[in-house]
Amino acid sequence: MEILVCAKRVPDTSENEIELNRAGNDIERDDLVYSINEADNYAVEEALQIVAREGGNVTVVTVGSDEDEEILRREMAMGANRAVLISDDAFSGSDGRGVATILKAYVEKNPYDLILTGVQADDGAAQVGGMLAAMLDYPFASLVNSIRVVDAKKLEIVREIEGGNKEVNEIDLPCVLSVQTGINEPRYVGMRGIRQVASVEIPTLGVSELGVLASSVGEAAAKVKRVNYFVPAAGKGAEILHGKREEVVDKLIELLKAKGGLR
Amino acid sequence: MPRIFAYVLHKNGVADDSAAEMVAAAKKIDPVASPIAITTGFGPEFDTVCSGLCDWYGEVWKIAKEELAYPNAEVVRKALLSVLPQNCILLVAHNHFGIDLSSGLSIKLNAVFVPDVVSIEGLQDVKLKVVRQEFGGQVSAHVACDVSSGAVLNLRPGVFKPTETAPLNGRVVDKSAEVLALPTKRRFVKMIAADIGGVDITKEPVLVSIGRGIQQQDNVAIAQELADAMGAVVSCSRPVVDAKWLEKSRQVGSSGKTVKPKVYLACGMSGSFQHLAGIKGSPFLVAINKNPKAPIFQVADIGIIDDILEFLPELTNHIRESVPSKR
Repeated sequence: MEILVCAKRVPDTSENEIELNRAGNDIERDDLVYSINEADNYAVEEALQIVAREGGNVTVVTVGSDEDEEILRREMAMGANRAVLISDDAFSGSDGRGVATILKAYVEKNPYDLILTGVQADDGAAQVGGMLAAMLDYPFASLVNSIRVVDAKKLEIVREIEGGNKEVNEIDLPCVLSVQTGINEPRYVGMRGIRQVASVEIPTLGVSELGVLASSVGEAAAKVKRVNYFVPAAGKGAEILHGKREEVVDKLIELLKAKGGLR
Repeated sequence: MPRIFAYVLHKNGVADDSAAEMVAAAKKIDPVASPIAITTGFGPEFDTVCSGLCDWYGEVWKIAKEELAYPNAEVVRKALLSVLPQNCILLVAHNHFGIDLSSGLSIKLNAVFVPDVVSIEGLQDVKLKVVRQEFGGQVSAHVACDVSSGAVLNLRPGVFKPTETAPLNGRVVDKSAEVLALPTKRRFVKMIAADIGGVDITKEPVLVSIGRGIQQQDNVAIAQELADAMGAVVSCSRPVVDAKWLEKSRQVGSSGKTVKPKVYLACGMSGSFQHLAGIKGSPFLVAINKNPKAPIFQVADIGIIDDILEFLPELTNHIRESVPSKR
């Protein structure tokens, strides 16, 4: 099975305090720790496990810039067979639809049996996978937390729905699935693994290689635009307990006693 | 002004709470909007849903077909494409179904898509301005979109507050005949009900809930010791379950359990909206997190900016000292 995983390099929100830049048009990106989007890493691991069982290859693709090559290399160190960087000045400022348009152009030239994405990235949009599927006329399923290959033509997948319940679906190949975190346990990637793929050539594809119409992507084509970032006015906000840790602990215990938190 | 539609999910003959929320959202786009509900299903329970929606909507478009008995987004998308007019604005709840349905639908409608909208500032000419959140809710963004060829907006559940109005006594319009065959490449097989697990966190009055800040499996014991000292039970947010440190049945949130404790200690968690969606009944909420920017501090009653790995053991010791029976 030939599997494509679409990945994105994002600031790690669990490691970073996100602040706005002075102009308010972006977050302060200096000093941020970047990594592969967590859900995308689960998607790569899932692809690797499917290929280990069924045979085939895993390709990881990202739409971005030279800096994003590091996550491609990391995923190759995990075991991905190939990586592709899609990068062109004409692509910058694309909205979700623009990114899907770019990926569609790639997939039309390089067909895959299965396309995986992470369920969502740093913008919380969860949109590109579904858009790509619609453009390709492939079936789509989101929030997938189990994939079983039934035969060369179909998969049995499990989706998370509300309240911890799940639904089992059968889906025809080729298809696009958005993978939920927790679907597997992504393997560890050590420095040694990264060094081993340090010199692997990663092809960069742009407008001309993909044959994508420049006017259909990038900022000019984007109909959904972020105007600015802002920090919302705090709601009532928490009453912060200040002081030495010991004092804070004592204050908290009093509060917990009063509210029935100690039994 | 474009026509506004709201796709309404339902279950066991009851419309989803988002039905009323979407009316409120439509009024934010256009104060004089009369949004039209559109819903899909099959059978007598579905008929009840449609007539119930007439309280909120002046017009309810009903698509009743056997293939739509279970809400499969791939099938529903095709059904909606047969009846939705060009250039309309469609509202959908941003939940497990909306995530499945809407992005692809926007492509097929040639409409713009804005996911997980938390606020609507208004429509001027063809420019709609809304608010979204990014980076785990740490910052918000104003987003502008051009709705001249239509829009699909996924709305975050629970944020648009329904207004109390007299029932509208709307009418049901049966659109089923406009929908022809619904072939699909994705077929619903069966449901798997959630595990109850050894401990039922939904019935516990005091929860010590841990998030990513617990950092590793061995540290779960720190939270367990505190819970034992308090007479509480340990619950968690999604990353802890993803890492397999606790059972799925301990997870609070939209993809886990809905809890309604009296006291909730949120330890080392950011407070994503998916997590907060699982906390009902306005408990006394204490947040402990070393990141002062964590969104959890916006909703907590009491905030403590500290490292849980150091703070929780100290709290446990003091509780043991102050409550004689726990010595």
